[in-house]
Amino acid sequence: MNLTKDEEAALKGEQGEILALAYRVLVAIGEATNADRLLPVEWAHLSGINYNTIGDAGEEFLARLSKDAKFKIKTTVNPMGFDFDTVSKYDLDDEFIKKQKSIKNSYEKMGAIPSFSCIPYEIFDLPKSGTHVSFAESNAVIYANSISKLKTNKEGAFSALASALTGKSPFSDLRKDETRDPNLTIRMTVDKKDELVFGLLGYYAGKVAGSSVSISGVKVPDKRSCKSLCAGMGTSGTCGMFTFGDAKGETVDFDKKEMQTIHDELNTADSGDIITLGSPQLGLDEISDLGGMLKGKNFKKRCMVFCPRAIQEQARKFGYAKEIERAGGELLYDCCICLTPLIDKKDVDGVITNSVKWCHYK
Amino acid sequence: MTLKIIVKGKAQGITLVAKNPINFLGAVDKKTGKVRDEKHDLFGKSLAEKILVFPFGVGSSVGAYTIYSLKSNKCAPQAMVCLKADLTTASGCALANIPLVVASKDEYNSIRDGKKILLDAENGKIL
Repeated sequence: MNLTKDEEAALKGEQGEILALAYRVLVAIGEATNADRLLPVEWAHLSGINYNTIGDAGEEFLARLSKDAKFKIKTTVNPMGFDFDTVSKYDLDDEFIKKQKSIKNSYEKMGAIPSFSCIPYEIFDLPKSGTHVSFAESNAVIYANSISKLKTNKEGAFSALASALTGKSPFSDLRKDETRDPNLTIRMTVDKKDELVFGLLGYYAGKVAGSSVSISGVKVPDKRSCKSLCAGMGTSGTCGMFTFGDAKGETVDFDKKEMQTIHDELNTADSGDIITLGSPQLGLDEISDLGGMLKGKNFKKRCMVFCPRAIQEQARKFGYAKEIERAGGELLYDCCICLTPLIDKKDVDGVITNSVKWCHYK
Repeated sequence: MTLKIIVKGKAQGITLVAKNPINFLGAVDKKTGKVRDEKHDLFGKSLAEKILVFPFGVGSSVGAYTIYSLKSNKCAPQAMVCLKADLTTASGCALANIPLVVASKDEYNSIRDGKKILLDAENGKIL
């Protein structure tokens, strides 16, 4: 890789061990992905926030790093395992709470905006079209590239963290226009086109596509179907963006049979003990719709609804939260269903969910 | 002999050659550096101080933190040689400042187990 004089000096440790570490990560990932240089990015969105995912080694690393490190660019973070306001209501191990607190503190100390959300594209103002960002949450990567007109690779926890510390990222893969051109088209022949169908389509697309894919046979769907498509796609493979229309190259059909195969692979129970909504976290329009549907009705099973803190505050202001809670639902924020310790597999046989992503991870 | 340098540095040590890919998160004890996966061909052996030669890393990307922990616990390999650069191993070696190179198939196959070598991951040479 060709580094600038400044980057070379930082890599050698002339600007301290933290920047040396961050540049080592960028150069290692750049070399491994055949990048020829680094380029500036304006926003980093980090994964590796939940204690369930990073464990003791991650917690210790971040505690040490945060003693001196400061993020250089706007940095937002993925959900944690739970929210600290309501955690006492759940029967959770003190050790988990302590470790999660430490991780939260480390990120905040380094300057992260405490968003704890997997839908940064829905709760923050977006930079102008074509801006390079460094996102580590797969659904957010695909949404950013495909809908928000930003550019990011499917970053990992470490490359995004290194971007947050340096404001740089390797110039490779989806940062290059030629890689962003899809070389496969998936023709949608299923008549029904709801959120679930788009989630299953995304899951199928992630399995068969390379870095970028085109979807034909559909009008541009609404935001929540796009979210569902992004989450499904991000879960099953390495594909990092989609476009609508016909691309050059091969075309494959996504038909009823294919959809049923994916559905049967992910759906493993006839019913469930609890209902979970979210993953990705719900946005304000989804919460508002849910509130509307619940008028005069009650949940017959325990229902957990996951959203960002910012959305929860708005939902309270507009009365949607009250309606959901009146109906017996629990509104949770700062966390999401994926890998939350709030649901114990020992206690729950099956789950009813709108999330293709969680069906994959459960 | 030329190697692709992923993390720069120099190291001298005894090679430990693995046949199977390594899942750092699951298969390696971060406190001792020993391989604890019974199905792995290095089961029971310690990675500490070795020049670890293995095809590539597999499994969760959190394995990078395991590599960092190995270094903090003073039981990390001195350097690593891989056949393919996976992002978990690359990130982990970068965090821990452990020299890492990717070797071509011929170069990789020529490395014998238990030999003392000098890995020069500044100039991309094995001596």
